[in-house]
Amino acid sequence: MIVFSAFNKIAMRIVPFLVSAVATAGLVYALNRPLGSLPMAAGKFLSPQYGFWQNAEPASKSFDEELSFSGLKGKAEVYFDDRLVPHVFAENDEDLYFIQGYLHAKFRLFQMDLQTRAAAGRASEFAGAKAINFDKEQRRLGMVFAAENALKEIEKDSVSKAAFDAYTSGINAYIGSLREADIPIEYKLMNVKPEKWSNLRSALLLKMMAKMLSSGTEHDLAYTNAKAVFMPEELNKLYPQVPDSLLPIVPKGTVFEKPAIIPVQPASADSLYFGKKDTVSVKEISRPNENNGSNNWVVSGSKTQSGAPILCNDPHLEMSLPSIWYEIQLQTPASNAYGVSIPGAPFIIIGFNDSIAWGVTNSQRDVKDYYEIRFKDKTRKEYWFNNQWTPARLQVEEIKVKGGAVVFDTVAYTVYGPVMYDESFQGTDSSGRGRNLALRWTAHDPSNEGFTFYKLNRAKNYDDYVNAIATFQCPGQNFVFASKSGDIALWQQGKFPARWKGQGLYVMPGEDSSYMWQGFIPQLENPHAKNPERGYLQSGNQRPADSAYPYFIPGTYLTARAITIDNKLAAMTGITPADMMKLQNDYFNTTAEDVRPLLLHFVNESELTESDKKYLDIVKNWDLMASPDSKGQTVYSLWWQKLQEEIFRDEFARVKSILWMPDQQAIMELLKKDTASAFIDNINTTGIETLSDVVTKSLKAATKLFDEAAKKTGNKNPGEWYKANHPAIYHIADASRNSLLPFARTKLHIGGNNDIINAVKGSHGPSWRMIVHMTTPTEAYAVYPGGQSGNPGSKFYDSFVDKWVEGQYNKLWFMREGDKTDKNVKWVMKFKKG
Amino acid sequence: MKFITATILTVLLAFIAGILSFSPWWGFAITSFLVAILVHQKGWKAFLSGFLGLFLLWAGLAWWIDMQNNSLLSSKIAAILPLGGNSVLLILVTGFVGGLVSGLAAITGSYLRVSSHK
Repeated sequence: MIVFSAFNKIAMRIVPFLVSAVATAGLVYALNRPLGSLPMAAGKFLSPQYGFWQNAEPASKSFDEELSFSGLKGKAEVYFDDRLVPHVFAENDEDLYFIQGYLHAKFRLFQMDLQTRAAAGRASEFAGAKAINFDKEQRRLGMVFAAENALKEIEKDSVSKAAFDAYTSGINAYIGSLREADIPIEYKLMNVKPEKWSNLRSALLLKMMAKMLSSGTEHDLAYTNAKAVFMPEELNKLYPQVPDSLLPIVPKGTVFEKPAIIPVQPASADSLYFGKKDTVSVKEISRPNENNGSNNWVVSGSKTQSGAPILCNDPHLEMSLPSIWYEIQLQTPASNAYGVSIPGAPFIIIGFNDSIAWGVTNSQRDVKDYYEIRFKDKTRKEYWFNNQWTPARLQVEEIKVKGGAVVFDTVAYTVYGPVMYDESFQGTDSSGRGRNLALRWTAHDPSNEGFTFYKLNRAKNYDDYVNAIATFQCPGQNFVFASKSGDIALWQQGKFPARWKGQGLYVMPGEDSSYMWQGFIPQLENPHAKNPERGYLQSGNQRPADSAYPYFIPGTYLTARAITIDNKLAAMTGITPADMMKLQNDYFNTTAEDVRPLLLHFVNESELTESDKKYLDIVKNWDLMASPDSKGQTVYSLWWQKLQEEIFRDEFARVKSILWMPDQQAIMELLKKDTASAFIDNINTTGIETLSDVVTKSLKAATKLFDEAAKKTGNKNPGEWYKANHPAIYHIADASRNSLLPFARTKLHIGGNNDIINAVKGSHGPSWRMIVHMTTPTEAYAVYPGGQSGNPGSKFYDSFVDKWVEGQYNKLWFMREGDKTDKNVKWVMKFKKG
Repeated sequence: MKFITATILTVLLAFIAGILSFSPWWGFAITSFLVAILVHQKGWKAFLSGFLGLFLLWAGLAWWIDMQNNSLLSSKIAAILPLGGNSVLLILVTGFVGGLVSGLAAITGSYLRVSSHK
C-alpha cells in the first residue's frame, strides 16, 4: 500500500514531467527543421540573436572599422562615400586584391557562393532535387573542366597568381571572421552554410561569364533541325549571314588583309553534312538568355564639345538583386582604376584609370560546335575515331543533393571535349534512338581572361590596351577604348575558329578528324578599328564586319540596335556627357521604322472593323519610341509578332524542336526585298495568301487578344508598354520568380526592348550605364540597377534602382590621395598586418 | 515576487545564452528550464514566467532592431512568410515562438522539484 502510494506520488510528477519535456524537445526539434516549403529552421530564423533580425541593418549603421589580418603585407585604408562605394588605397597589389576580396565577401558573399556553386554544377546543394538536371548539364558542359584549365594558366604567371591568391585570402579572411548570426540572410532562408573560397572558384565565375556570353550564341541543334526541312536557299533567307541593313563595328569599306589561314571543306561535306536530313531532339536545360547583349561606343575629340573623347558602355545582362556589378576604386602607388567589378573575381572589369577608359560588349560569335559520336557500346568506354576504337576518358561526377541521396553521373571526354548529351542524359530522341553529342567549345581551352583586366586597369595608352586584350580568348568581347591622348579604338577580341563556309552551323560528323577546326583566326586579324575619319566607333552586338571580312563568322548577331546608335552618332556634333546620357536612354525603334510602312501599306483597311481601326490608328500615330507609356509600341509589337507567326508558323510546324526562329531584322529585310515571298503563303490552305492578307489577318489577331484581355481584366487596352514588357529585377536566388518577390523590384516604369538602345526587356537590360569623359580630371557618370550592399535588410540594397529607372546618373568620385579628409568620405575602414 | 524574479532571470539568462558562441539558438530552453528549478513555481505559473520572459526578450529585441532598420527587412520577411507584410505581426510571432519554447521548458523544470509549500 505504502509502496503503491509512493509510486503513485512519483508517477504523478514523472508523467507530467515527461510529457512536458517531450513537448519541449519536440517543439525545439520541429523549429530546428525545415517547415513546410520553407527550407529554413523556423526557430533559429526567428531568433533575434541568430536569425534574420540580425541582418536588419540599422539605417544609421557606421562602416568604420579597424581590422588586422596576418595575410596583409602592410597598411591600407578603404574610404566609403555616401553611396557605399569603397575607394581602396593600398601599398601594393597583394593588399589591394586582398581587400577587394574582403569587400566582395562582406557585401556580396551569398551571390558569389551561389553563382560559383551553380557554375560548377552544385546548385542541388542549395535547391535540392529540382536542380539535378541543371547540375548534370553544367558538368557535361565541362564547366569545372574549363575552370581547371583556366586555373593552370592563372597560376602559371607569378603576378597573376599573386593577385588571385591575395583575392582568395581576402574572401576567406572575411568568411573566417563571420559569426553564425552574421551570415547573409539567404543562407538562413535556405538553411545552407557559406563555403570557403579558392582560386578555382574565381575561375568558375569567369567560366560562368563564358557560358552566359558564348554558349548560347550558336544554334547548331536548331539549325540542324531546320536543315532537315528547308532547302539551302531557304535557309539563307531565314538565317542570312550578312544582313543588308548591317552597320558593322569595323566601318564599311574597310579593306581587310589576305587571310593567313584558309580552311578547307572536307570532301564528304555535301553528302555527310550539308545534305544530311537528320534531326536532334535533345533537351537543353539552361540555355543562356538570348537577350544577353550590350552597347558600347566612343566618340573622338573631333565630335565633342570639350575636344576630349567620350566613352560609353552599357552591358545588357540579367538584372538581379544583388547586381552582378560592384562599384569600386582600386589604388596603389603604381595604379589607380575606377569602375565595376564582379564579386567572385578580382580587378575592375569595366571602367577607367588616369590615362584610359574601356568597356565591353559581347561578340555574339559562335565558338561552340557539336560532333556526333559513335560509342562501341553502352559503357561509352570507346568511340570510333579515325578508323579505330579510341578510349574515352570517363569522369564520374558526384552531385550532392540537399535533402536527398548523392547522384552520380558519368561524363565521357573525347578528342573534341565532353559528351554533353547521350543516352544517360537528355540524348534519347522520340524514336528511342540514343544520340551522343560531344562539344568543342573555346571556353575549355587554357586561358587567363582575368589577367586582361589586371593589365587594362594599368594600361596607359593604345599599345598597352592592345597588349592587355590580346590574350583574351572567351567569351569574345568588343573592347572599346579611349585615351586622354585622344585615341579611340574598338577591337573584337577572342579566340575564334577559322571555319570553312558552313562549318559548325549544324551538328558535325565526329567519326574522324576531317570536321575538326583547322586553326584559329590570327589575333591580329580580329576585326578592329582605330581613330576612324568619322570620329566614332560603336558596337551593339551586330556582325563585326561586312562581307569583305575574309572569314566565315557565324553567330547570333543583333543588327537593329547598332543601326540606331550609328545613325545617332553620325548626326551628332559638339557632344557632351549629357547628350550621351540621353543616347543611352534612347527609345527609338529602328526596326519599326522599316516595318511600319510595310504594315500600313499592306493592311487592307476595307476589311477592318471599328475596333481594328482603333489599333491601326494607334500604330499610325505612334512616334516610334518604345517609351514606358507608349501604346504604339504595345500594339506594334503584338501586330508584328502575330505577322511573323502568320508567315512562319506553317513552315516551322514541320521543324522538330529545338527551334530557332529567324530574327525580326532578317524577316523585315526579307519582306522589304520580296513582298511576294513564298513563306507568306500558308502551306496548309488551298488558296494563296498574299502579304496584304497576312498583314490584315495579324492585325485582327492582335485586336482580338487586346479586346479579350480588356474584357477579362477590365483594364483599358492596349496598355502602356511597360505593362506589357514587365521590367523587373528579381533576387538572384529566385529562379521561380515568385518565392522571394519581396526581395525583388517589379513593375518598374521604364520602356525599351532588346533591339532598342535602352535595352530593357523583362528582367534583362542595361546592367551598368557608364559615361567617361576623358578630360583632366576625368569626368565620369554611371548607374546600375541595384545597390552596393547585397543585404535585403540594408538601405543600400537597391539604392540606385530608382535613379536607373529615371535615366539619371551618379557622378563618380575618382578620389585622389589628397581627398582623405574630404566631406565625401563617410566611413573609413582601416586594414593592417596583424 | 517569485514570478517577477523568475521572469527577470529567464530574460537575463536567455540573453546571455544568445551571445555565447557555443550555444545553439535554443540555448534559452535550458536556461528557462534551470530557472524553473531554481525559482520554483506551480506548473502554470512557471509556464507563464518562462513564456513572458522570452516573449519580452525576443519581441523586445526584434522591436528594437526593427525600429533602427525602419522595418525595411521585417516588412519583406513578413511578406515571404507570409504575414501580409505586417512587421508588428512578425514581431509578435517572434515573441510567441520564443515564449512557447521557453514556457514549455519552464513547466518541465517545475515538475522536477517538489513544491516547497503544499
